[in-house]
Amino acid sequence: MALIRRAGRSLSMLKRSSLFHGKQKKQRQQPIVSPSLPNLTPHLPSSLIRLQINTTYSAIPRGISSCSFRSSYIPNRLLTSEAQPKLPDEGIDDTQFLDFPGVKNTAFTCDLKFVSEKSEEVPCYRVLSELGEPVDGAKLPQMADALALRIYENMITLQVMDYLFYEAQRQGRFSFYMTCSGEEAAIVASAAALSNEDVIFAQYREQGALMWRGFDLQEFAHQCYSNSADYGKGRQMPIHYGSKKHNFVTISSPIATQLSHAVGAAYSLKMDRKDACAVTYFGDGATSEGDFHAAMNFAAVMEAPVLFICRNNGWAISTPITDQYRSDGVATKSRAYGMRSICVDGNDALAVYSAVKSARSMAISESRPILIEVLTYRVSHHSTSDDSTKYRSGEELSHWKVMRDPVVRFRRWLEGNGWWNRQKDTELQSHSRKKIIAAMMNAESMKKPPLSDLFTDVYDSIPTNLKEQESYVREAVAKNPNLYPSDVPL
Amino acid sequence: MLPESSLVLGLSFEVKTETGSTATAQQGHELLLFEALREGLEEEMERDPTVCVIGEDVGHYGGSYKVTKGMAEKFGDLRLLDTPIAENSFTGMAIGAAMTGLRPIVEGMNMGFLLLAFNQIANNCGMLHYTSGGQFTIPIVIRGPGGVGKQLGAEHSQRLESYFQSVPGLQMVACSTPYNAKGLMKAAIRSENPVILFEHVLLYNLKERIPDEEYVLCLEEAELVRPGQDITILTYSRMRHHVLQAVKTLVSKGYDPEVIDIRSLKPFDLFAIGNSVKKTHKVLIVEECMRTGGIGASLRAAIMENFFDELDAPIGCLSSQDVPTPYAGPLEDLTVVQPPQIVFAVEQLCKH
Repeated sequence: MALIRRAGRSLSMLKRSSLFHGKQKKQRQQPIVSPSLPNLTPHLPSSLIRLQINTTYSAIPRGISSCSFRSSYIPNRLLTSEAQPKLPDEGIDDTQFLDFPGVKNTAFTCDLKFVSEKSEEVPCYRVLSELGEPVDGAKLPQMADALALRIYENMITLQVMDYLFYEAQRQGRFSFYMTCSGEEAAIVASAAALSNEDVIFAQYREQGALMWRGFDLQEFAHQCYSNSADYGKGRQMPIHYGSKKHNFVTISSPIATQLSHAVGAAYSLKMDRKDACAVTYFGDGATSEGDFHAAMNFAAVMEAPVLFICRNNGWAISTPITDQYRSDGVATKSRAYGMRSICVDGNDALAVYSAVKSARSMAISESRPILIEVLTYRVSHHSTSDDSTKYRSGEELSHWKVMRDPVVRFRRWLEGNGWWNRQKDTELQSHSRKKIIAAMMNAESMKKPPLSDLFTDVYDSIPTNLKEQESYVREAVAKNPNLYPSDVPL
Repeated sequence: MLPESSLVLGLSFEVKTETGSTATAQQGHELLLFEALREGLEEEMERDPTVCVIGEDVGHYGGSYKVTKGMAEKFGDLRLLDTPIAENSFTGMAIGAAMTGLRPIVEGMNMGFLLLAFNQIANNCGMLHYTSGGQFTIPIVIRGPGGVGKQLGAEHSQRLESYFQSVPGLQMVACSTPYNAKGLMKAAIRSENPVILFEHVLLYNLKERIPDEEYVLCLEEAELVRPGQDITILTYSRMRHHVLQAVKTLVSKGYDPEVIDIRSLKPFDLFAIGNSVKKTHKVLIVEECMRTGGIGASLRAAIMENFFDELDAPIGCLSSQDVPTPYAGPLEDLTVVQPPQIVFAVEQLCKH
């Protein structure tokens, strides 16, 4: 109808007409725009169209047939020929127009557009090239030679320990082991950026962080051999370390459960106003667990000082990341929770150190969580129970093992600074090897935990039912000593 | 967890009259069960600054059953922490906070939702103290309303005591009166072990006069509600009140039942139970759990194992059927043990 077409053209004038506003003034509580309205002003950017349409039908004069919007202004406007004074602009706040409680900063649109599934690219931060040379324009973190050498020595000792313990498992000395080959820089350099007061909640591949804290080789060996000197009293599998004095919480096998624990610890630290944060390590696979999403959300809502360090090594046992998640990497996920994040080259020890140090101070001073995605590659098999050649090509494995070794990359930088040389390297390797073998021999010769340790620590003191059960077991052992292991002291 | 021989703090093992009030009371103050829980909670929060409450809507809303009403204004947002809806994660969060020095109390809006937290409870809460070799303690309290309510539907009528009872490392207690609610709440908070405190949806408005003085009950003790000679009736939570109703009828018929509210669901107070069995030689268990794998099933096994020679009759057990709780009123009533059924069961057992 001609009426409607003229109405369309006048709509842009209507936006500012006082009649339009005037009628609306008394009822301006919940201005509504129907998204199904046709775009009658394509020449105007959609954000400017903030039609305040009166949805009550009472003002529609009789005789006017239905319009395409539920508006009464057009017919009225056309009946007036006098211009009304312009209403002042102030008080018409953009945000007033969309005041649903669920969202804070957005505006209406009448463009039917979907938000893309592809996120903005998250760049990967690094400062050293593959050859261990500073990248053009990179600002290297302040790192004294003592610290750099300590990091390097830690990484080498870690590598040697991993190798020897893996072999020990193959020889049947203990039942299980997980190495962290390819991820040494990611783990040790991140631990080096923390303070000893920061509580670490690790997944299982972060023995490097515990080693950094001061857990010595003998203590590692005791835990893997599950003997009486193990702090865990022989109750957990190998590599499930825990040490209260090193602020490293005992590893628990189920994936991602430690993320919520870390948020709780951060909450506790925040309540105590300590100059420390909670740090949690997890892999790319863990980002699928419910606990990851909830913990991230909680940490953001609670403004808890926690560092979420994700070792994205591309593989969750045999599941590649394409089968794990569809976002482009892990760092991009933090935006959904209202959290800051960074993506770092995990094989560049300096970059990891720098990023974690910076994140830590932000987390504590601003009381916010930070997600740090550390990109790396799992050169090792998932564990001693896995043979990754079944699902990964030999070329891929050897490329990463030989060409992209993070320890070698860091060593090149050290050598470039004149802080290290080949001879020192050989000495360090053989020295570590000797120490580890001695620790293993010592651990192997120690007794297993006593039978009483089967029943202690379930509660703070032993209840009657467990006492009964213990005496039953002791009777059984006393009657049939040959049926029970002789190296378990009674 | 106290060894058998230790004394209880405050008021010790007391004989209760049928209404549940103490023999000496006319001092003391009257309140409802949820207020008693709140009193216990407040006293502990005042006493120890590391005690905090974590749960959904516990802060300014005051909790869905008003247990934490007014506490956020008093103690602040951080100690009465409102969480997003992720039970597994806020329970995990409480575990992490407990390991780093706090004493959190996790409130499940309904016990049934804590099934979502089963992973954290079974794999971490009960376990980390043991697997860490005693290095990390988890002094956490997990509480919430459970049991069959008034037409709340199957998912809101869960009895989780049967699922959690085999998780090692946990302690479980069930409160049934304002007096024991406050005492058990305080004891649970002071305990170094993870404790699950089972409250019942329908008991929150129970009124009772409780002492003005501070008292803490023992987590592992049962409560002798009514001494008797003929038969031992073991019960807990809401069924205590059904049993007491049935007892009125039984007394008028000339029976003298002994009623014990077991209170401690894990571990059982076999000392009190055993003494009673030795006296009466007959046992009836009245519970709200499902028949299969419920508290009654474990209790029967424990009594049979320990007191077989004292029994003159097979142990009777009245429990809910192995069905999800229906919504329709009359059907729901049929799933819960009613006083006439208790009377009948006692009569049958006493024939032995």
